[in-house]
Amino acid sequence: MSDKVLMKGNEALAEAAIMAGCRHYFGYPITPQTEVAAYMSKRMPKINGVFLQAESEIAAINMVIGVASTGKRVMTSSSSPGISLKSEGISYLAGCDLPALIVNVQRGGPGLGGIQPSQADYFHATRGAGHGDFHLLVLAPASVQEMVNLTFKAFDLAEKYRMPAMILSDGTMGQMMEPVSLDAGEIHEYDKSWALTGTKCERKPNIINSLCLQPEELERLNVERYERYKIVERDEVMYEEYMMDDADVCIVAFGVAARVSQNAIDKARAAGIKVGMIRPITLWPFPKKVLLDTADRVKAFISVELSMGQLIEDIELATRCKKPVLLCSRVGGMIPSTDNVLDKIKEADKIGGAN
Amino acid sequence: MAKVTFDENLCKGCGLCVGACPKKIVKLKTEINIKGYHPAHVEDQSACIGCAFCATMCPDCVITVEK
Amino acid sequence: MATVFSKPEALTDAPLHYCPGCTHGIIHRLVAEAIDELGVRGRTIGVASVGCSVFTYNYFNCDMVQAAHGRAPAVATGVKRSDPNNIVFTYQGDGDLAAIGTAETVHSAARGENITVIFVNNAIYGMTGGQMAPTTLPGQVTQTSPYGRDVNTVGYPVKVCEMLSKVDGATYLERVAVNNVKNVRAAKAAIKKAFQNQIEGKGFSLIEVLSTCPTNWGMTPDKALGWLEENMIPYYPLGVYKDKYAESEVK
Repeated sequence: MSDKVLMKGNEALAEAAIMAGCRHYFGYPITPQTEVAAYMSKRMPKINGVFLQAESEIAAINMVIGVASTGKRVMTSSSSPGISLKSEGISYLAGCDLPALIVNVQRGGPGLGGIQPSQADYFHATRGAGHGDFHLLVLAPASVQEMVNLTFKAFDLAEKYRMPAMILSDGTMGQMMEPVSLDAGEIHEYDKSWALTGTKCERKPNIINSLCLQPEELERLNVERYERYKIVERDEVMYEEYMMDDADVCIVAFGVAARVSQNAIDKARAAGIKVGMIRPITLWPFPKKVLLDTADRVKAFISVELSMGQLIEDIELATRCKKPVLLCSRVGGMIPSTDNVLDKIKEADKIGGAN
Repeated sequence: MAKVTFDENLCKGCGLCVGACPKKIVKLKTEINIKGYHPAHVEDQSACIGCAFCATMCPDCVITVEK
Repeated sequence: MATVFSKPEALTDAPLHYCPGCTHGIIHRLVAEAIDELGVRGRTIGVASVGCSVFTYNYFNCDMVQAAHGRAPAVATGVKRSDPNNIVFTYQGDGDLAAIGTAETVHSAARGENITVIFVNNAIYGMTGGQMAPTTLPGQVTQTSPYGRDVNTVGYPVKVCEMLSKVDGATYLERVAVNNVKNVRAAKAAIKKAFQNQIEGKGFSLIEVLSTCPTNWGMTPDKALGWLEENMIPYYPLGVYKDKYAESEVK
């Protein structure tokens, strides 16, 4: 374990990416993720890496595709409106089975929206980050340390499963300062025989491509990709439980919403309410099984989110609506207060009497 | 002495080689190839000067020229 | 007897899907010949675009990546920056390069990316069935300009070489045509130079190749060559528009 240093979330993420072996960063200025680009612009030239400020988010994600095609670790970061622009490229990354890291430091939307924290890109990240059938690995840090750990994890999983990964963060996580350990851990080597490295006139050309005009073949490719997704859903789900052993009410929240919820849970526990939390760390794959199992022993769930009711849909789906799911949300850059969550806990606790 | 060979089944019968030949010896056949096109060919090889104009204008790499 | 003309090694054996008489095939061959003659096939990585040339990844006998519409120069930027020792080229049509991908084109030139761009200008969207392109000539009839391109409502064609000649970052810009043997040979020399520039680390080279689309122009392949000469070349004059390393300024 290395010594801890005090770092801002966005900068910790950037340094973690470098330690994970990423030497290519492409981005475009947008608040509130600017620190990532600024950090990379300082660090990359000193380690023989590439920092390039692209002419647009669209160009940046396509530069990412270029480096990813050569089998090297590469990333881009942006905030919500910029991620919309990157969606085309994200779909191509998925269609070409290329690993890459995309960081979304979310802000309020839709449209230009605001520049304060939000989780309103939950659907975009977990459902529709571009056209066609595909998934992104979506990881949601709730501390600066997790910004580091999940960045390592994202690169690793992206290469392991040859698919793009997203860190779904927000303005709060990006700006927050906490002591972190920058221990990189082990970097796994995966097969890169598919990468474009030049044939050296010794092998057949490698082709990175998402075009397929034969419907039978395109169907087969999609089905194969989803077989791989099944393995991800089986093996890579990450979540954390907080005070769930005897809980009657289960909060589900990620990122900054989970931090607020934890404070509310502590207060509620002091008042004698048995409430706990399941915090998804991977938003895709979503921790469906633990939620379904939990539905048999709690009387209600609460979705605490910085969006108008997006996470709640996954909770309802995972639990097959076996128990009521209440929504505690603030949007537009607002964050639910501890009291907002506490009130919702009290409301949930009144449902159906004792469990 | 020059020799021009056509990979006739690759030919799409576009005729760009016909127009390019300074000796006017490249012609389209009346028969069709496996693609259903009238492929280009040269009947009078002895008149070929090996200039490769036909091959230069061929979009499908149908033509090989030897000299 | 020695072979004086045969298919280059940098082309695969896959039959080209282009319509009869489409000059894309000639341009493919010229690019492949340049790669062969410069001996760089083993370290060449091509970027295919969207349009008729979308399948170039099947035709060039080197590593290939297929880019989204207009994004080839950005993808090429990533490929090149990943390993600057590789020789990276894009092969793009007019809709791809001069409409949806204008920003990527201009900025890759402005950055002086050490890549080679092959820009095929046939004044029409071929793959989608002959719609008006950014390079469609004034008055030219297409599927989406059925009364002829009216410059008063849809504006004027984009002259890419002229536009990029004002971009400081660009190294080499030349417009060529493939309508006759003489021009094909000149096109070959230009394309080879564009690759040679990259090998020498000289920066961004773009070769605009005036090409035909007999099918969507609605004429025989032979007539299409004539139409190119009579209509396109006067509007898009051939020549070197910029050569940063030339001894004297070329007008």
